Amino acid sequence: MSSATERGDRPALVAIAGNPNVGKTSVFNRLTGSSQKVTNYPGVTVERFEGSLLGGGSVRVLDVPGTYSLSARSPEEEIAIRAIAGLAEEDCPDLVVVVVDATQLSRNLYLALQIRELGVPVVLAITMGDLCTGRRPDAAALTSAFGVPALEVSGLDGSGVDELQAEILRALEDRAPAAPAFPWEISPELNIDIDAVAPHLPAHWDASTEPRRSALALWSLLSLDDEDELVDIPADLRAAAAARIAAPERDIERETILARYACIDAVMGQFGRTAASSRKGTERADSVLLHPLFGFLLFLGMMTIVFQALFTWSGPAIDLVESVFGSLARAAQDALPAGILRDFLTEGLITGVGSVVVFLPQILLLFLFIGLMEDTGYMARVAFLMDRVMRAVGLNGRAFVPMMSGFACAIPAILATRTMERRRDRYLTMMVIPLMTCSARLPVYTLIIGALFPVGHWLGMPLQGLLMAAMYLFSVLVALLASAVLSRTLFTGPSVPLLLELPPYRRPHIATVLRMMWQRSSLFLKEAGGVILVCTIGLWLLLSFPSSAPNAPHHAAARAEAESTLSGEALTSSLATINSTERRDQLHHSYAGRLGRAFEPMIEPLGFDWKIGVGLIGAFAAREVFVSTMGLVYGLSEDVDQDPSTLRDKLRTARRANGDLVYTPLVGLSLLVFIALACQCMSTLAAVRRETATYSWPIFMFVYMTALAWGMSFLVYQGGRALGFE
Amino acid sequence: MSRLSQLRAGSTGHLHALNCPRSFRRRLMELGMLPGTPIRLVRRVAVGDLVEIECRGCHLTLRLSDAEQVLVELV
Repeated sequence: MSSATERGDRPALVAIAGNPNVGKTSVFNRLTGSSQKVTNYPGVTVERFEGSLLGGGSVRVLDVPGTYSLSARSPEEEIAIRAIAGLAEEDCPDLVVVVVDATQLSRNLYLALQIRELGVPVVLAITMGDLCTGRRPDAAALTSAFGVPALEVSGLDGSGVDELQAEILRALEDRAPAAPAFPWEISPELNIDIDAVAPHLPAHWDASTEPRRSALALWSLLSLDDEDELVDIPADLRAAAAARIAAPERDIERETILARYACIDAVMGQFGRTAASSRKGTERADSVLLHPLFGFLLFLGMMTIVFQALFTWSGPAIDLVESVFGSLARAAQDALPAGILRDFLTEGLITGVGSVVVFLPQILLLFLFIGLMEDTGYMARVAFLMDRVMRAVGLNGRAFVPMMSGFACAIPAILATRTMERRRDRYLTMMVIPLMTCSARLPVYTLIIGALFPVGHWLGMPLQGLLMAAMYLFSVLVALLASAVLSRTLFTGPSVPLLLELPPYRRPHIATVLRMMWQRSSLFLKEAGGVILVCTIGLWLLLSFPSSAPNAPHHAAARAEAESTLSGEALTSSLATINSTERRDQLHHSYAGRLGRAFEPMIEPLGFDWKIGVGLIGAFAAREVFVSTMGLVYGLSEDVDQDPSTLRDKLRTARRANGDLVYTPLVGLSLLVFIALACQCMSTLAAVRRETATYSWPIFMFVYMTALAWGMSFLVYQGGRALGFE
Repeated sequence: MSRLSQLRAGSTGHLHALNCPRSFRRRLMELGMLPGTPIRLVRRVAVGDLVEIECRGCHLTLRLSDAEQVLVELV
């Protein structure tokens, strides 16, 4: 076994490649079972799913992102190519399993043919055989026609997976395969082009064999142009390719692609035509779902149901998370002696972890819905329907899924932009995603709306609920508007052609959907978790130090006096008052308090006082930390999350030095607008910084969103006052 | 010879030429849209200015403005 599963000093590597929507991931899951682990691709922070082959000893299996061909357009496709061809720092795979859809064989074989050109051994795994009407795919005939082993598998019920696994081991065992010849005949003219480019291939691409040298040269000739956004391509290779492409009378692309399809059509001829799958059901469904009127109405209806479910279903789970962390904090409170360690554990660490986990229910649910929409094939239709709207604001239909993910959390949403082809579209989408109402804003809205706006009804609908819905609508409108403005100023350039595949509708495969849901949600835990935790602890430090109030002796004296003159309940309540006054003094004096007061002149025109300033500083960890920070600011050291009514009452009755109420509905509205628009999320900025590999984009995002928030809040507050509102 | 953008829903033909920008033309060709390949216009969506086409068993959508650059020989 060891001879088959090891290559020199490392275990053998098998890559699983294929077009999008062919069931590649479920084949990967079947081959690796539960042995998967998530690592990062070298140089980029893209999750890479790797496992070991079941029954295959140490053989590593790598799940490669789906791609139609090896000439990449999107960053995700670029990753696929590096993994398949062994470019950059990737190990070259010893074998590539190409998963092909039986209903679209010729298009799928195009990718397989390109991989064969590289000289890497290939095994074909045919899926979707059950969707072929009439004639089933004949694996044996394809094997002899295409010249590589082909097997029929089903990722859904697992049939054929054992045979595939045996075939992988057999192919790896064949340690010295005769160097496979280039699978089609290269014309003399094309050979001249290849010879002109090949000397410029970088040494680490390993163009040692003749077919691989031709394949990599052809790849350069077909992939490199003025618009490609590939990284790590040597300048002389670019120049050499550009010179050949520009040569008059040569159409290298057309010649190469025609030669490949001629080869595929010859295979298809020998193999016999597969009967196309029946799309009658899909076409009938699409005549309704893509209908210019009914399609939109159905989509809007579906979105309403999704968001309704999001809020009602996640409620109990959120309550559960909060009560678990509440009792954890109480247990620590009881078990440990009073002191800095106990305060750190209860107010810093446990609260910090709790404020991360509390987002999970909503995020999981939203990604469950998105996963279902993708796996059934409906998501492609949504991109189709939304393209018109998105185009009007300078985006394209593909930006819709990332923007919708932004309702859960901006971080997975920003990572979801990787499927977009052009950098301009990707960056523009990233810049507006944080304007969407993410789940961290919800607790803040709930607090402010609950505290400051009346419970009444308007046209029979609850006023507070309407205001909440209005905040969601507001965020979408501002995001679209911001995109329209940015696309006409900063992100100019012609729109990139849109090409979307509309796969047939399928019954969702629950295991795949659940895996997708977990993968994306764990992105949030991984990316945001650490940042939120560190920020919450940092905030706790700012709020707790210096730990003694400047007039501590005064409070000690008051306490001693109360203890000597009062008893029973009167003593308890008097001590509680003294403690809370002392706490307020300490907070006023703490670093956070000083910071808040330093910011006060800047936020005063928005109607905010320094205590709100402290809350807004706290919101930088994560927006919902605003709620617990306000709890600390108003001297409620107990869990505010548990019982927000006391904080609500405090807010309602808080007064300024001159006796005016701090929180009027107008201040509340100004605060809502500020929270909706300000870029208050360190984790989002960190994600943008890594995705764009620059500091300038996150800085730009922070500046434009903060300026927008300040300006809009200013308009709301000062405009409201000018109109005579309180 | 007609432009793909002018085809009626349900009509079929053979691809004649792709006069699109280089990277888009390559993408279409790599999906199997080559001169002579049969193609069918499945539906037009007036609101979105989009067309759905079928080619080699695969359903794709293009914007009308991009489909204008694809020439088709009607059957």
